[in-house]
Amino acid sequence: MIETYLKGFEEIASNGGSAAPDWARSLRLSAITRFEALGFPTTKNEDWHFTSVAPIAEREFDLLAPPAHGVTAAQLEPFTFGATDWHTLVFVNGRYDASLSSAKALPDGVTLLPLKRAYEELPLLVEQYLGKVAAYEGQTFTALNTAFLDDGAVLHVAREVEVAQPIHLLFVSDASAGAGTSQPHNLIVLDRFAKATVIESYAGLGNGAYFTNVVTEAVVGDGATLTHLKLQRESAKAYHVGTVDVRQARDSHLVSFSFATGAALSRTNIYTELRGEGCGATLNGLYLGDGEQHIDHQTRIEHVEPNCYSREHYKGILDGSAHGVFNGKVFVHPAAQKTDGKQTNNTLLLSEKAQIDTKPQLEIFADDVKCTHGATVGRLDETSLFYMKSRGIDARTARELLTYAFAADVLETIEQVEVREALEAATLRRYTEH
Amino acid sequence: MLEIKNLHATAGDKEILRGIDLTVNAGEVHAVMGPNGSGKSTLAQVLAGHPAYEVTAGTVTYEGQDLLAMDPEVRAQQGIFLAFQYPVEIPGVSNAYFLRAAYNEIRKARGEDEIDPMSFADLMDERMKLVEMDPSMLSRSVNTGFSGGEKKRNEILQMAVLEPKLAVLDETDSGLDIDALRIVAHGVNSLRRPDNATIVVTHYQRLLNYIVPDFVHVLAGGRIVRSGGKELAFELEEKGYDWLLEGAVA
Repeated sequence: MIETYLKGFEEIASNGGSAAPDWARSLRLSAITRFEALGFPTTKNEDWHFTSVAPIAEREFDLLAPPAHGVTAAQLEPFTFGATDWHTLVFVNGRYDASLSSAKALPDGVTLLPLKRAYEELPLLVEQYLGKVAAYEGQTFTALNTAFLDDGAVLHVAREVEVAQPIHLLFVSDASAGAGTSQPHNLIVLDRFAKATVIESYAGLGNGAYFTNVVTEAVVGDGATLTHLKLQRESAKAYHVGTVDVRQARDSHLVSFSFATGAALSRTNIYTELRGEGCGATLNGLYLGDGEQHIDHQTRIEHVEPNCYSREHYKGILDGSAHGVFNGKVFVHPAAQKTDGKQTNNTLLLSEKAQIDTKPQLEIFADDVKCTHGATVGRLDETSLFYMKSRGIDARTARELLTYAFAADVLETIEQVEVREALEAATLRRYTEH
Repeated sequence: MLEIKNLHATAGDKEILRGIDLTVNAGEVHAVMGPNGSGKSTLAQVLAGHPAYEVTAGTVTYEGQDLLAMDPEVRAQQGIFLAFQYPVEIPGVSNAYFLRAAYNEIRKARGEDEIDPMSFADLMDERMKLVEMDPSMLSRSVNTGFSGGEKKRNEILQMAVLEPKLAVLDETDSGLDIDALRIVAHGVNSLRRPDNATIVVTHYQRLLNYIVPDFVHVLAGGRIVRSGGKELAFELEEKGYDWLLEGAVA
């Protein structure tokens, strides 16, 4: 309900809100105004044509996400990939939890802080970028998130610094999250030739119908490389809207992976703008749905300057009555000559009732470019099944193995071995154990 | 071992096999030759149980059992192996995983225990040498991105690991250069034993210089129009197929 948010905003504002500089307060005020004007999108909105957000729009979520009830490190283990030397910030019900976080000796030039501390320790950087990359003017959920800007992670990597270990931002919602909402907002800034891997995990510890609405803004400087993994494993009744908005400078690289398997209704937006020459963007993803799940991905690659490439491969496996959506936008601006773009979306439907709406959307305004797209929707390949059976593998095992292989084909593009192996193992279990 | 009687098979509405009779005994190598479209690949695929073909008449008895009543995986578990003309790529399944899964299924069917990964690795080391395959091929996805020659060698590797009683090689020589052909033939010859048999389906006599058959059959119009010893292959090489096709149903 829009009114709930407006009322909540008033209350927080009249309480003085939480500690935030003036510019952030005024950003929040502009954002709530935009949110009110925009309202929740309907399916008449082209960007939301296949996804009705009514379940989110009609529900009253508790704006003050309740504090955690003693979440322990052991509860987080299923989501930490057994890694002990990563830099991890943990957020419970949207709030930073220092006791569960562990930023292992960060290299010089690397700053990783929860937002409130970043206001104090990186004031200029945060003011320069926060709310500037992820435009909220036309995006309801980004406007909503920005209006309730309060917590999240800020990462800054200075020029020519490479962070060897991944930075893990782990957002968990515990049972007490109930029908609450959290609106985390992250900012990643890589200066020129910096290199870092950021993993954002969203996980449910209970089975609440909570609502996570996250925005991550990233600025990738000249020649810098950002590897970004977004892993959405919310609880089965949860709602999740996540936007990753990246701005790339000359010769920079973005390697993005979105894994989505949780939540009753989820929408993931991965956007990047290639604003300098010689950039590369690789956007891969995997969605696994079952039951009544609705899993929507929208990607947008803006080729603004010449001589950039983008590679995109999204795959999905849908069972039960799950509904998947993939909308891949590629915009090639008039100046972006020699753009080399390739987009592929493959979905495997395991049941009659599962469905996918796939919509490649290429808008090309330059004349010397190479852009291709392809989408397939189907069932397991009979020739492959016969090949496996002809080697003695029984029909069920062959089907299971091929289903797993369909997913593994894109999971194997994940470079972080702990993440890749954990997701492969979980996917293998999901499709082979009964 | 194998007795095919009056075998008829169709693909869709089209009758491709029109009455095949063929008997293969243990220890024998049979070559099935014939021009394009003669039905030789169909015969190979029907023996393996390919679902695209429907058997409309005839019988196939394998080790005293009705082969046509068996699912493809049961045929494989009972010792039948088809080396595919076009081996299938399976992205996402490693060669090692695939081979071990297949090997264990076949052991299970024989009432043997599953092999442990260490012993399997030793077995793979040994068998890969036979076809001169690089061990790195094991961690790659099945046939994915393999060259034509690598795919065919991978087929023979699978055959070497699964040790079938009856191997059917479907145009394994097509698209191979002479070095790859030698390697493949060496692999097949090394696996020959008195208690197994091989059916070599080929368009060219060339392969038979390396895998010497006991019998040669010429297939045309879905029937065997001539059978003979290995000298028949040389005759075909010299004269082509035309002299045999007269009188056969084209």
